[in-house]
This record gives sequence, structure tokens and C-alpha cells, in this order.
Amino acid sequence: MEVSILTLCYLFGSVTFIIGLKMLSNPATARNGNLLAAAGMAIAIVGTIFLYEEEGKKLGNYPWIFGGILVGGIIGTLSAKKVKMTAMPEMVSMFNGMGGACAALISTVEFDHIYQTYRAVETAWLSDFVQAGHYLTIIAGAIIGSVSFAGSMIAWGKLSGKIKDMSFRGQHIVNLLVLLLVLAAAVFTYQYNVGYAQLLFYVTVGLALIYGVLFVMPIGGADMPVVISLLNSFTGVAAACGGFLYNNKVMLTGGILVGAAGTLLTILMCKAMNRSLKNVLIGSFGGSTVAAGVKKDQGSFKEITLSDTAVVMSYASKVLIVPGYGLAVAQAQHACHELEKLLESKGVEVKYAIHPVAGRMPGHMNVLLAEADVNYDKLLEMEQANDEFPTTDIVLILGANDVVNPAAKTDPSSPIYGMPILDVELAKNVVVNKRSMKPGYAGIENDLFFQPKTSMLFGDAKKVLQDLIGEIKNL
Amino acid sequence: MESVLRWIADNQQMIYIVILMIFVGIEVIGHVPSVLHTPLMSGANAIHGVVIIGAIIVMGKADHNNYLALILGFLAVVVGTLNVVGGFVVTNRMLEMFKGKGKKQNTSSK
Repeated sequence: MEVSILTLCYLFGSVTFIIGLKMLSNPATARNGNLLAAAGMAIAIVGTIFLYEEEGKKLGNYPWIFGGILVGGIIGTLSAKKVKMTAMPEMVSMFNGMGGACAALISTVEFDHIYQTYRAVETAWLSDFVQAGHYLTIIAGAIIGSVSFAGSMIAWGKLSGKIKDMSFRGQHIVNLLVLLLVLAAAVFTYQYNVGYAQLLFYVTVGLALIYGVLFVMPIGGADMPVVISLLNSFTGVAAACGGFLYNNKVMLTGGILVGAAGTLLTILMCKAMNRSLKNVLIGSFGGSTVAAGVKKDQGSFKEITLSDTAVVMSYASKVLIVPGYGLAVAQAQHACHELEKLLESKGVEVKYAIHPVAGRMPGHMNVLLAEADVNYDKLLEMEQANDEFPTTDIVLILGANDVVNPAAKTDPSSPIYGMPILDVELAKNVVVNKRSMKPGYAGIENDLFFQPKTSMLFGDAKKVLQDLIGEIKNL
Repeated sequence: MESVLRWIADNQQMIYIVILMIFVGIEVIGHVPSVLHTPLMSGANAIHGVVIIGAIIVMGKADHNNYLALILGFLAVVVGTLNVVGGFVVTNRMLEMFKGKGKKQNTSSK
């Protein structure tokens, strides 16, 4: 009876995951989708704790289980609530790493269990006792979980600025070698004297951790979202290995679902940046930057004062705002919304042009602007925005750079060549707010800043916007 | 070889689930607008936290004198919970900001 209730819990969990994910991919239902999946998860977890039975025996160690859930729950809730909106990507990466670590730990305990059972038989191989499939799920969970954990930690470090990009000559060959070593160690654990099995298992896990570090290390910071999404699907597969191990269908469905959806999402993200996954992983972004860094004489740029900007903006009939990472860093989304309302009250049409990869993550800008209560209808996606630029009087660029760089269309030697961009040059005037003339994330110069149409407005986005609001009010 | 085949035969139900889930996963998010890439990734991240169930099982059947299993199992429960709870809370925080405004978007999301 109790076991069948548990089956029902798992069935319910699996269905909520699928429906939740489906709802998450539509703006109107996304929030409920998340809550639904969370509810399904809660039921599956509570069901496991109280109803799970193995060979007629219930689970024990309740103090440990509840202690662990309490500790994890408190830390998780607090860190998720306290994290700033700009730091969201690294938070996701951190949580993803935790999932990977969990899968690897489970495999380690299960392996130890097997090893303790058969260690006494000195001369035999592990393969004499354990089915290949069973061993495969354990070792795959350990390897994939470790890679995902180490990789996510590096991605987290990079996004929060703690770790710098690092690559060396021949790194791809080294990476490949390490990966082969991981697989070799995994095979020897199984097909060798049981006495060495434990040592070899730990070697496998250690090498997998090293591989995770090496795998993410050379990839540029701008590509981190893609990498996190990929590691996300890795962790999904690692969780599914656990599902095989315990013949547990909710783990299997949840894990594979995320593995498949995560892989597709990774590809969609790459598409939004018009790059192939292979390109991202080999890290040509970072590699060719040096060559492109040899800059030609750009000519001069012109600056514009705050009061001039205030005048041109309040007498324009249509203004498009292009937000970028600069806006996120300065936490200027509220000031931006205030400017928008002020201009609207003066009869100026204000809209936002959102590049799919503006900021550090796809959708980053939408989340930020939504936080500041900007109306959803005012956010234009790239294609819509590009249709509107020719009729726009002023484009105000707030800390965006690479997504408006015309080199992506005109200069085949540029590392971002081929990436779809916002055609801000079609507008009558362009005002660029940046902190300095420093190049953007891809590390390349932007011709846009030197065009006659363009004026530069230097300073921190939030301060500039507040001053601009003051100036417009004084007009 | 025989052992692999036997394993496949023993687990055929599971293998069917894997194959079907791959298609479901791809189908379900096939039409997501780029606006939702980040929350979707975060939500998927929380869902793979289901690995915590494995951690609970490991923890629950550990012997009282098997300290390796107890300690690693405990750690697994902690990090697994972090993944689940943190993942859902972060996703909810992101999506909270869309509330009320999403309805109008319904038709224009591809």
C-alpha cells in the first residue's frame, strides 16, 4: 500500500516536471510552472523520506536526513534571496555545481558499497561480480557529476570576477588526453584486480574534476551562459544515472528531461549569438581577440553634454533605449524607467530595444527591466527593434557595446563577425553612455563610437540617468 | 557483451523512458522566446535537483558504523537540497518580476 502511494508520488512528480517545464517556456505561465515543479519535487522528496522501502526495510538515519535538508534549505534560501539581480547567472552556476556534486557523492557511496562487498576476493576483477550496466551507471554518475561540479565552480568564479580566463598552447590536446585518461581509469577500475578498484575509482573522480576545470578555463566570460547551460544538462544526465541505479523513475524522468531540454537550450543560446557550439567550446572568441586588437586609426569621437542630451531627447518624437551590461552593473534600471516615464509625459515615444544576448545572459535585460516595472509591451526583440530604428530620432545606448558593433556586419576579420546586431546606425542620432572608451566584453573596438552621428556621454549609467532626469525637469 | 545485453533486457522499461523523455524535453521547450532563456535554464537547474532523492536513499540506508557513507551521504543531502531549494527560489525571484505583465505577452511570444 505504502509503496504504491510512493509510486503515485513519483508519477505526480514526473508529470509536474514536464508540465512545469512546458509552462516555464511561456511568459504568461512561467511563474506558476516553476511553483508547480517545486510542489512536485516536494511531494517526491517527502514521499521518499517516509515511504521508500528496500527489501522490506524502511530508511533510517532520520536526524541526518532532516539535518542535511535543514542546513541545505536554509543556506539555499538565504543565498537565493540575497543575491543581486546582476549576480543571478553565477548563482545558477553555483546551484548547478551543487547538483553535480550530489550525483558524484551518491556514486562514490554506492561504489564503496560494492567495493566493501567484494574486496575480500583478492585475485578477481570487479567485472566478475558486477553487471557492466550497473557499474556504468555508477561510474558515469561519478564522472559527469564531477565534471559538472568542477566546471560550474570555475564558471561561477569567472562570472563573479574571481578567476581570469586562462589558456595555453595545445590546451585542446591536453584536455583530450585528460578525458582519455578518465575513461581509461574508469575501465581499469572495472577490469582489473579488485584490490586496486578503490584507488582507481578515486583516480577517475580526481581526473574528472581536473577535466572539468580544464574544460571551462579557456572559454571566454561572454560565453559562460552557454557553458552553464551545457553543464546544466550534464548534471541532468548525472541525475538520470542515479535514476538507473535505484530504478527510480522520477529521478530518471527529471534528469533526462533536463538533459535533453538543457542541450536544446544550449543550442538555442548559441543560435541567438549566431555561433556554433563547437566554436564556443574551442573558445575561438578569446583566441582571435589578440589579432583583432591591432587597431586601425579610428579617428576621433565627440562628446555630448548632459544638458544637450536632455534637450535633444525631450524634443525628439521617438526614443529607443538599448540597455546593456553597463545598466546592470550600475543597477540603473529604476532610473531608466523614471526617464522613460518623464519623456512619455512630454509626449515622446519611448521603447527598449533588447538584444537577445545583451548583458551576461540571454534574457538578462528583460529580467532587470521587469524588476523596475517597465511595461512588457515596451520591450522590443531584435527584429522588431531593427524595423523601428529608421524612424527613431534618438537611440540611447546604456552600457551596451558588442551588440551594437557594426563590425559584426562589415568586418569579416572581426571575432564577432556574423553575430546579429541592433542596427542603431539607422537612427538619426545615437547617444552612447559608457564609463570610458574601453572596449566591451569581446575586447574589440567599436566603429560606431567614431561615426559622425554618434555622441558619447561618459559616466556611470545610474548617475548619468539621474542627472539627465534632473536636466530634463529643469528645461 | 552478454552482460551488457542482459542489463539492457533487465532495464528495458527504463531505457524506453529515457528515449521518450529525450523527445519530450526537446518538444516541451522548442518554442521558448529568448526572453525566457535565463529563467528556463534556472528552472531546469532546479528540476535536476531531483538527484536529492538518491542522496536521501543513500543516507537512509547507511549503516550506523559506516562513517564514509554517513558523511558523504550527509554532504550529498546538503548540496542536493541547496540545488533544489536555491534553484526554485532563484527562478521564482526572476519570474516574480514578470508578474501581471506576462498576460499581454501571451500572443506575441512565438
